[in-house]
Amino acid sequence: MSHSRQAENKKVVIKLVAVVFGMFGFGFALVPLYDVFCAVTGINGKTSNEAAVYTNIEVDKSRLVTVEFITRTNTGMPWQFETQTRRVEVHPGEMYQVDFYAKNPTQRDIVGQAVPSVSPGTAAIYLNKTECFCFEQQPLKSGAETVMPMRFYVDPELPKNINFFTVQYTLYDVTSDAQEIAMNRG
Amino acid sequence: MSTVTNDIHHDEHHDHHDHKPSGIKRWLYTTNHKDIGTLYLWFAFIMFLIGGAMAMVIRAELFQPGLQIVDPNFFNQMTTVHGLIMVFGAVMPAFTGLANWMVPLMIGAPDMALPRMNNWSFWILPFAFLILLMSLFMEGGGPAFGWTFYAPLSTTYSNDTTALFVFSVHIMGASSIMGAINVIVTILNMRAPGMTFMKMPLFVWTWLITAFLLIAVMPVLAGAVTMVLTDKFFGTSFFDAAGGGDPVMFQHIFWFFGHPEVYIMILPAFGIVSQIVPTFSRKKLFGYSSMVYATASIALLSFIVWAHHMFTTGMPVGAELFFMFATMLISVPTGVKVFNWVATMWRGAISFEIPMMFSLAFIVLFTIGGLSGLMLAITPVDFQYHDTYFVVAHFHYVLVTGAVFSIMAATYYWLPKWTGKMFDITLAKWHFWCSLISVNLLFFPMHFVGLAGMPRRIPDYALQFADFNKWISLGGFAFGLSQLIFLALLIKACRKKGEPVSAQVWDGAEGLEWEVPSPAPYHTFETPPVVK
Repeated sequence: MSHSRQAENKKVVIKLVAVVFGMFGFGFALVPLYDVFCAVTGINGKTSNEAAVYTNIEVDKSRLVTVEFITRTNTGMPWQFETQTRRVEVHPGEMYQVDFYAKNPTQRDIVGQAVPSVSPGTAAIYLNKTECFCFEQQPLKSGAETVMPMRFYVDPELPKNINFFTVQYTLYDVTSDAQEIAMNRG
Repeated sequence: MSTVTNDIHHDEHHDHHDHKPSGIKRWLYTTNHKDIGTLYLWFAFIMFLIGGAMAMVIRAELFQPGLQIVDPNFFNQMTTVHGLIMVFGAVMPAFTGLANWMVPLMIGAPDMALPRMNNWSFWILPFAFLILLMSLFMEGGGPAFGWTFYAPLSTTYSNDTTALFVFSVHIMGASSIMGAINVIVTILNMRAPGMTFMKMPLFVWTWLITAFLLIAVMPVLAGAVTMVLTDKFFGTSFFDAAGGGDPVMFQHIFWFFGHPEVYIMILPAFGIVSQIVPTFSRKKLFGYSSMVYATASIALLSFIVWAHHMFTTGMPVGAELFFMFATMLISVPTGVKVFNWVATMWRGAISFEIPMMFSLAFIVLFTIGGLSGLMLAITPVDFQYHDTYFVVAHFHYVLVTGAVFSIMAATYYWLPKWTGKMFDITLAKWHFWCSLISVNLLFFPMHFVGLAGMPRRIPDYALQFADFNKWISLGGFAFGLSQLIFLALLIKACRKKGEPVSAQVWDGAEGLEWEVPSPAPYHTFETPPVVK
């Protein structure tokens, strides 16, 4: 094999190896891309993880939207977790509060994390929460109970074809991941 | 297509050059593309038999309803490892083996461009599968989450041997990436003078495109298994909703790899059939350039259809429509290919030798698999077909009667070139007819039980599916046994029994590989041929 051919081969190999590393990186880049894509379009039903700021929005009194709340606990999460309001009729732009009740009936301290999901997913980006227990982890001592508030308003931009959507909270046991934080806060 | 000026006294040098270590060292240290091709092909065949044995366990359990032979956890391990072995251990290495043997011969190159890396890319492969198979015997058993290893099955609900699964997939990926780089560099830089791109045989073309698909998506698979590894063992939350991740994202990343992967397993098959059909029709391939463009379009389209595996995850209607139409679009270039094969045979002087029989079976049965694929692409009905035996029937038609039949066709086509002797035609006919009948008995009724709602990957089923499953299992056992005929034939061929063949072997064969003597000497084309 001549030297010039070896040099030629080396050039191509370097380019191809660069593609391989690039695509390996692209695999990981898909993670933030996925989040950004979903945050912009809201198609996976995820709501924002940050509190919205309520600035006197004009309330659309002419429109009534039904918001339904359901709760569930993930497999292995022993808490009682219920919503105190099953459904509420809201005017877009107006502020509402819904309370959720949680109790840790076990003998051990547990840290919970609630994850919201909106269905149909396209409504997710129009649900603005100014305050939500899902923004942080919730530690509960053995036997303790709590009422957790969630304050929200529905963006008046909500597409006209959506007049009913469901917010589901799933509660996960994250004790093992958050042992230290939880116990320090008591 | 091309003629070669092969100087005669050149062949006399071969014996002189032929010195190679004997025994095991020859195979361990070899950098010869023909040796490595042989290694790949035998490895693939052994894996085909091991993966097939697992399929026999699955079919034995499903022979009648209820749980009889294995417990459900072991059943799940069988479906998982059967899939992994057949995809990464049998079909892909077999194609790489064929590429190693044939690409240098078909483009007039003395060897692959990177012979040392070639040795390495083969020899890491047995270790990958050793690790995977070993995990079956460890506490808790091997992977049981399906070859698609969906999170959270592979993260939250899997056992600790998942780490071994991840490492073995890493090694398989590294091996195929190295193989792909080698093929690309060989094809780009080592073509004989005069062998322009549009003169390359279609097997070389399809492999070039496949190799680009491989380097584009195998790294994404490596990323996906790495994320599973860190989610499971190092506390990250890529796919864990409690930590802010998303299990559906796993499916997006996996199928971004997974869909091009299925074309990686079929494009070389298209190439093989495009070599064989013209030979035995004694005509030029109809529509050569449209074949090249069709292959390239299939490869490009494969990147924008991945979510058709995920119609039931709750995508917005707009996305479902997009993926549905993009998927259906793929049947256009595929249809061009099938049309061209049929047009090649039109008014040809067809003779029905064994490679041609397998190719004809490929064309008919692959088209059936393609048609069920088109049915699955239709979003509203996919909600019914999703995760049923209809899907199993579909992908076994395209992979077994598609990819595997094409590999068998290729083996019969080029085996006389490799050994210098004609294989045992009687055994080959037995192999073909037994395989053809049993494979249809095995997979065709799966369409019916699938449409009737039998779910895949479950060790038990409702009583009304009992009769069909009995027939399916009988077909499965018969297909498994038929491959032992193939094994006997290959052993006989490797012992160089049979009638000697000419350099051209088949009287309609054209191309550089038929210009070298049979058996192909250890070193070929040290002086490049000139292609006119």
